[in-house]
Amino acid sequence: MKLVRAWITPLIALVIAFGIGAILMITQGSDPLRAYESLFTTAFSTQEGLAKTFGKATPLAISGLAVVIGLRAGLFNIGAQGQLISGALAAAWAGYAITGLPMIAHVPLCLIIGAIFGSLVGYIAGALKAYRGIHEVITTIMLNSIVLQFAEYLSNGPLKEEGSIIAKTPPIADSAKIGSIAGLPIGFLLSGLLAVGVWWIFKKTTTGFRFETVGKNKNAAWYAGIAVKRNTVFAMVACGALAGFGGAVETLGVVGKFEPAFNQGLGFDGITIALLARANPLAVIPGAILFGGMRGAGPTMQFTAGVSPEIIDLILAIVLFFVTAPIISRIFRLKSDSNAQVTSGWGSN
Amino acid sequence: MLRLQAVGAVINMMTTALRSRKSLYFYIVVIAIAFAYSVNSVSTVAVAASSITFGLPLAMAAMVGIMCERTGVVNIGIEGTLLTSAFFGFFVAALSQNLIWGLLAAIASGAVTGLLLALLTVSWKMDQIIAGTIVNILATGLTSFFYKQGYSLPAIFPRWSIPGLSDIPFLGRVFFQSGPITYFGLILIFVLYVAMYHTAWGLRTRAIGEYPSSAETSGISVKKFKYINVVIAGAFGGLTGAYLTLELVGSFDRGFSAGKGFTALAIMIFGRWNPIGALLAAIFFGFAQALANQLMIDGLVAIPGPFINMLPYVLTIVVLAFSAGKVRGPAAAGQPYEREQA
Amino acid sequence: MATLLQVKNVTKSFGSVIANNDISFEVAEGEIVALLGENGAGKSTLVKSVFGLVRPDQGEIFIDGNQMAPGDTAAVIASGVGMVHQHFKLVPVMSVTENIILGDEPKNGLFVNVKKAEQKVRELSEKFGLEVDPTANIEDLPVGTQQRVEILKALSKDVRLLIFDEPTAVLTPQETDELILVIKNLAHLGVGVIVITHKLREVMALADRVVVLRDGKVVGTTTPKETNEAGLAQMMVGRSVVLEVEKGVANPGKPVLTVKGLEVFDDRNLRAVKGVDLEVRSGEIFGIAGVEGNGQRELVEAICGMRLRAKGEVLVSGAATKDMHPHAVHEAGVSHIPEDREKHGLVSSYSISDNLILNQFDQAPFARGWFRNMGEIRKNADLLVKKFDIRTTSPAALASSLSGGNKQKVVIARELSQDLQVLIAAQPTRGVDVGSIEFIHKQLISARDNGAGVLLVSAELDEIISLSDRIAVMSAGKIVAIIDSKGADRDYIGRLMAGLDK
Repeated sequence: MKLVRAWITPLIALVIAFGIGAILMITQGSDPLRAYESLFTTAFSTQEGLAKTFGKATPLAISGLAVVIGLRAGLFNIGAQGQLISGALAAAWAGYAITGLPMIAHVPLCLIIGAIFGSLVGYIAGALKAYRGIHEVITTIMLNSIVLQFAEYLSNGPLKEEGSIIAKTPPIADSAKIGSIAGLPIGFLLSGLLAVGVWWIFKKTTTGFRFETVGKNKNAAWYAGIAVKRNTVFAMVACGALAGFGGAVETLGVVGKFEPAFNQGLGFDGITIALLARANPLAVIPGAILFGGMRGAGPTMQFTAGVSPEIIDLILAIVLFFVTAPIISRIFRLKSDSNAQVTSGWGSN
Repeated sequence: MLRLQAVGAVINMMTTALRSRKSLYFYIVVIAIAFAYSVNSVSTVAVAASSITFGLPLAMAAMVGIMCERTGVVNIGIEGTLLTSAFFGFFVAALSQNLIWGLLAAIASGAVTGLLLALLTVSWKMDQIIAGTIVNILATGLTSFFYKQGYSLPAIFPRWSIPGLSDIPFLGRVFFQSGPITYFGLILIFVLYVAMYHTAWGLRTRAIGEYPSSAETSGISVKKFKYINVVIAGAFGGLTGAYLTLELVGSFDRGFSAGKGFTALAIMIFGRWNPIGALLAAIFFGFAQALANQLMIDGLVAIPGPFINMLPYVLTIVVLAFSAGKVRGPAAAGQPYEREQA
Repeated sequence: MATLLQVKNVTKSFGSVIANNDISFEVAEGEIVALLGENGAGKSTLVKSVFGLVRPDQGEIFIDGNQMAPGDTAAVIASGVGMVHQHFKLVPVMSVTENIILGDEPKNGLFVNVKKAEQKVRELSEKFGLEVDPTANIEDLPVGTQQRVEILKALSKDVRLLIFDEPTAVLTPQETDELILVIKNLAHLGVGVIVITHKLREVMALADRVVVLRDGKVVGTTTPKETNEAGLAQMMVGRSVVLEVEKGVANPGKPVLTVKGLEVFDDRNLRAVKGVDLEVRSGEIFGIAGVEGNGQRELVEAICGMRLRAKGEVLVSGAATKDMHPHAVHEAGVSHIPEDREKHGLVSSYSISDNLILNQFDQAPFARGWFRNMGEIRKNADLLVKKFDIRTTSPAALASSLSGGNKQKVVIARELSQDLQVLIAAQPTRGVDVGSIEFIHKQLISARDNGAGVLLVSAELDEIISLSDRIAVMSAGKIVAIIDSKGADRDYIGRLMAGLDK
């Protein structure tokens, strides 16, 4: 029963969002059935389509987990995007600049460097929150823009591939690339492991309990001997490391270099997925697969049904609206489950 | 009589500002401008005019935040309001080939985003940060789906030179050769200031933001007040969106608002939730950007473009790092208000 | 005299709790009616229904014979009803005048006429003999003056019926006496007054008529002439009150908690504790009596490491304790029942079992290294739920699902199940039902009998007198006397609390 209640709101939200999407398609003169059919068959029925879906799902899942950690620790991490870009660029650099390593060493090294650079961005937001009392929503949004600009500068300047017209880094070495096992991208398998890991940390370890206590009641946490500020920073670092890791996986597994035009919007989908999953790490994976499928098959849908792929942005926004606003539980008279409460004043801790 | 009162209030405000410790800062600024003007009048005028141009939309967007937070609603959806209203302002103006229709559409669509935020936060008592994020994400989804390339405006709002005043050296070019929304926006900021501190509306608004049940027990409907203020604030955000597309830039693109709605929140805090304070803070932000641009143009420094683009964001964080924690915002901002039970 | 207010058959329930059950009463012009009842008897809900802050489920309310629409505060105010709230409805960062005119601002065109408003406040304060500075900021005023502002705010609206909700909870006995005079004066001027209280002495001194509530029902109406305090108490509680808590003779040992020269500042950075020395011995209950707001909270918080100690030190069994580290103080053997249990004592969205180990979650046996030991946590919860009679469906239920009394039992269970030398109980029975109060009192005594030194702070003087072995009286940030509780004289303590006798 508890399980049903956890799933029913997101499911209803999806149905409503696809319904509204269909109406919009009709007003634009497209056939929604054809569009959705093409969307889902492309994404989920062919070997090739599934590989693409899982590939797209990988960074979404990892950035979703990065947002989940924040939510559980009482932080609304809008900065997965910037953390992810930081990690993606750092991993690309490590992927092309370091050579001569065997794959078994090069790949983990790149991933770790990505995680470190992601965590650095998270650290800034966490420290500003803990020690200066600045709300993480503002800092992470600002950091998203700063990191993007900085990445543009680097990939168009010091790290630019020689002779390239556009801003991008040289391609990474073959020893840094990660592939697939039995049609499943290794990156996706990693994201699954991470989801289980995050779930397990919150379920079983004192670290998870510390994060969550700080998130639910800072005063009681302090009173019980938990270092609130340190844990706030630590949680943001963990968010950033995870998102940076996700960016690195994207670089090594999909893009093969860093280019500012890639990686756009991954972190923002991560927010939607995390809220859709109600901050449950395990539920992030199906959410990411769904989003990944839609993102991956969007262009095909435009080709077959003439619907612009931006409809997916809109559908996802509507999903988010219906999942977070208490509207479904009102209409369907479900027992409303409490929403994450993450607001506190700008100047307070 | 009424007008005299208003003028009196403004003069009173200005003289108080001059008498206080702040007069020192005022004279420093005046002397610095005079010095810069004597060295290089062209660049100085350009920087000063751009400070207003860059700063005004931030100041106007900060007013949205001030009006909402003073009634106890944290509005992180300003970005979405700007995006939505800029979108509707542009496309209605482009399709009707009439700027006035565009302006009205922008204001109305801004008010609708305010209404949505009020519904989520006041009636449904959602977490206000998540509610604002929803406004932003919905705005992004809507505007990118319905965005079509290849439309253009008939014109942008022309500059109006105020006869007489516009001929004053320096001040004339900086203040009195602007577009209609600039004048209107500046006037509204002063009106908001006077209203906030000298009218019953302002008193009630501030009371609700600090301690809503004090207002409720005085017979004021907190819910109604919050709705009205958040919707008016949304309309003001709509005016800001109209300024951006119809007066400043003349075009629209996906993601057009570029984080201004968030910078505006920092300006609100930096300006201590006070309309005049926020206006000054916004001009400071505008000045930083204008100065960097001018230094580039004059070839005095070679800063890579991305660093110039980064400036407002870095400045936002720096300003917050130094001012947050020291200033106290409305005490009840962020808390859903429930009428007492038992 | 004409009837001002008629309440007819008002019923209001919250969920399964019936706060008001078919209540009727009347108030006439110039009459002072006391609504007497214990915490939770439904007094506050009743007057909130009258004032339109709560919508009753059933029943009718008439003012001057006109029926009021439920929940319409503005209409109630317009008919001349004012309310002085227990928690003042004043905006701290605004001036006295601004607070008083809020909702009914004198205007000059579009603008608030500040001069006229201040004049109006001055006139009001003269007329009713309530002295205030109209330009002062509320947050700078002492509590008694804030209450005066609250009364003036009510009077500024031409009130004919004024409701006082627990008006003396935060006042010194002297301020209380002044307030009684003010209220009588108002009645003399023809204002009808309702006073909500659970203090018998005030009822006897003040009321023309007493309406006694118990469990949401009117159990009787009487006048001070027809009854006495004991009679009222009996009506209020429904059984003869056991003021004497059963406890054996104390067997005090060596000092376990020593406080030397402690000075502490409050949230507004004013010196709240001005040099306190005290010693609590093992095996005794050391009570601190005092009117709230005389430094007790700051004293407790400083002892527990929750508030900076500006000067002085706190020793537990002779060893100095760390400042600003509540957990370190706890580890030194100080268990603490915090005053604000929702803020410090519990994580309400955690299960009962997690709350029962909240300050030991990373210690054996509840954690083995990095891992939490769920089996032990559950076992501990099963044991404590039974031992401390925590009424719940399951230890896995969320703390937020518990009643106030049971939440407090969770905190007490956690604090008493650990090795302790000192127990600090701050307002341990506040917001707790009568049944749980008795249980909590027994637990405090048994902690004492097991050799702990107990420091009890309570605003309820009767609780202090009946539980403590020694009583310290705190006034204006200082301990003005320490007396033996045997044969302690209530009036004498009251005068000490007011800072009269030295």
